[in-house]
Amino acid sequence: MPDVAVVGFAQTPCVRRTTGTTNGVEMLVPIFHEVLTGLGLTKGDIGFWCSGSSDYLAGRAFSFVSAVDAIGAFPPITESHVEMDAAWALYEAWVKILTGEVDTALVYGFGKSSAGQLRRVMALQLDPYLVAPLWPDSIGLAGIQARLGLESGQWSERDMAEVAARSRADAMSNPHAQFAGEVDVEELLARPYLADPLRSHDCAPITDGAAVVVLAADDRARELCDRPAWITGIEHRVDSPNLGGRDLTTSPSTVAAGKAAGADGVQVAELHAPFTHQEILLRQALGLGDEVRVNPSGGVLCGNPMFAAGLGRIGEAAKRVLTGEADRVLGHATSGPLLQQNLVCVMEGRD
Amino acid sequence: MAKRLAAVVGTGQTHHTSKRLDVSMAGLCREAIDRAMADAGVDWPDIDAVVVGKAPDLFEGVMMPELFLADALGANGKPLLRVHTAGSVGGTTANVAASLVQAGVHRRVLAVAFEKQSESNAMWALSIPTPFSMPVHAGAGGYFAPHVRSYIRRSGAPEHIGAMVAVKDRRNGARNPHAHLRQPDITLESVQASTMLWDPIRYDETCPSSDGACAVIISDEALGGSAAWIHATALRTEPTTFAGRDQVNPRAGREAAAALWRQAGITDPLSEVDVAEIYVPFSWFEPMWLENLGFAAPGEGWKLTESGETRIGGALPVNPSGGVLCSNPIGASGLLRFAEAAMQVMGRAGEHQVADVRTALGHAYGGGSQFFSMWVVGTTP
Repeated sequence: MPDVAVVGFAQTPCVRRTTGTTNGVEMLVPIFHEVLTGLGLTKGDIGFWCSGSSDYLAGRAFSFVSAVDAIGAFPPITESHVEMDAAWALYEAWVKILTGEVDTALVYGFGKSSAGQLRRVMALQLDPYLVAPLWPDSIGLAGIQARLGLESGQWSERDMAEVAARSRADAMSNPHAQFAGEVDVEELLARPYLADPLRSHDCAPITDGAAVVVLAADDRARELCDRPAWITGIEHRVDSPNLGGRDLTTSPSTVAAGKAAGADGVQVAELHAPFTHQEILLRQALGLGDEVRVNPSGGVLCGNPMFAAGLGRIGEAAKRVLTGEADRVLGHATSGPLLQQNLVCVMEGRD
Repeated sequence: MAKRLAAVVGTGQTHHTSKRLDVSMAGLCREAIDRAMADAGVDWPDIDAVVVGKAPDLFEGVMMPELFLADALGANGKPLLRVHTAGSVGGTTANVAASLVQAGVHRRVLAVAFEKQSESNAMWALSIPTPFSMPVHAGAGGYFAPHVRSYIRRSGAPEHIGAMVAVKDRRNGARNPHAHLRQPDITLESVQASTMLWDPIRYDETCPSSDGACAVIISDEALGGSAAWIHATALRTEPTTFAGRDQVNPRAGREAAAALWRQAGITDPLSEVDVAEIYVPFSWFEPMWLENLGFAAPGEGWKLTESGETRIGGALPVNPSGGVLCSNPIGASGLLRFAEAAMQVMGRAGEHQVADVRTALGHAYGGGSQFFSMWVVGTTP
């Protein structure tokens, strides 16, 4: 089986609102250009294209069909799409390369959350017969999860505020971040609740954005970049959707994916945690100790483009290897209500 | 580098009809899955991963329904992928599931595709106006009718070819216990007398709107019974519209077919393929896709239909199951084609079994004739 590596990554700025269409074309064209020219490639060099997006976020059927226009897909291309975060499109592309059919793949994700009311849109992921008719919105649900952890002593509101403060401070070195800056934990704790026990700093912002990653195999990867981020393990799992039927203070799918992917020994981890308490929960699930640098980009608390943010975590983690800052890193993506589905991608540099 | 072997070892499908009010989405999927697992002789612990396919979420009004279906799909604690490539999605779902086995990532994968169109209104879901796109507001039939008219003009095909396809497929469907429309008494005259919906497409030449699901088990080895070995898979995409695009004989379809035959080692598809399940939602797409797939030269596809060669017993039986013209749960329609191809190879197609099938084609397309997925399955690895 070939070895597969991340060789390129680009992303749009994370912003509250863009003026483009919900099919992502205006966000994708510049980052395709950036990542391909950076690698000295043209679209004809890409063996397989795979994307992740959501029609419900776009408010229309077939939003990914128009996104293909961003590629200029003629002559025709070999292409597929997942109705998931594009981290799972990266997984499909990784599998495609393992079959030996292609040696390069371009993966992209996009989301224009500003087009609708995100909290209500996400409620439509719930059981349509028994739960969704009650419209439990995504922040309200996260509040229930945060409350369970507070009451079990797994985290405190101060712990949560510290995650927010650290993330925003780290985002000061990330030019794509939507929020960044020095904030005082005491000051954060003095702010009002958005959905008790969550304050606004505990919740990822509403973001428009897109991300793209290029994968390559073996010698092709070595040709394209000095220090590829070799994928040593990539695994994903899903948990029951029954929110009353699983322990919301842990994430069995993350634990299993982390074990299978070999999360031990990573120096940097980019975790897809749209709520501060979820970062704490994910650290525990992945067994990441204090020595692991978590979310040096600022994470999705500082910019959360839906359906691109999980791919963005893999890209941000890979970037630390590509630039030589780290040798072994982890990118994590989540999907579904309250961390229902999780993917872990472990990458390393080889000098 | 050699791919690992992969084969279909079991298939299952629901009874398809316009409104399956007796089951939920979960129940619909399980009807197909339970039959596929029984057909393969496997149980839940044997399944390593689940791949789900369906067309737009607006068809059921649930965002990413595979999430709430995870329990029913037996996916808890396992990898779950959700594919969406428009009408071709059922075929792409099978190809993605096959690639998981061919790559050596998993040994046994469950692929399931469904559509429960009665939960919502597909016509509405397809007609939301979007910026910078020409609104059609005509549904799929209105969109494709000009392509059909163009095909008739280019090929000089006589007007009765479309009706011939409808008669053949509906009569084939009468042999298929799962088919939504079963019309053993349909005639050329009755089709030609049916209402004109989108000239030149008549009511009886149009696919129904169905609730239904299909499932297949893909394995790296035969499990006791017969197996349909996957010889080749292909996916191709091109944009919906651009100046000079050939929408009658799209290049993406031609290139997908060429890649497919090359991978399968097939040089003369018409003589080497024993049966084809082709995505024909409107009757005229049979001759159009026969040409696009390379079974006939451009302009010649209708002659295969007219001479009866696409009937059961002909040189290339096309859609012995009745095809999309008899059952169209959109997201599942592609996987049904792929599963029916496997059933023919495994000799499990019952009343619509074609004799002595060694090699079969499964085909699906989607969007504005721009997404193509295909596979070739055979009796030997």
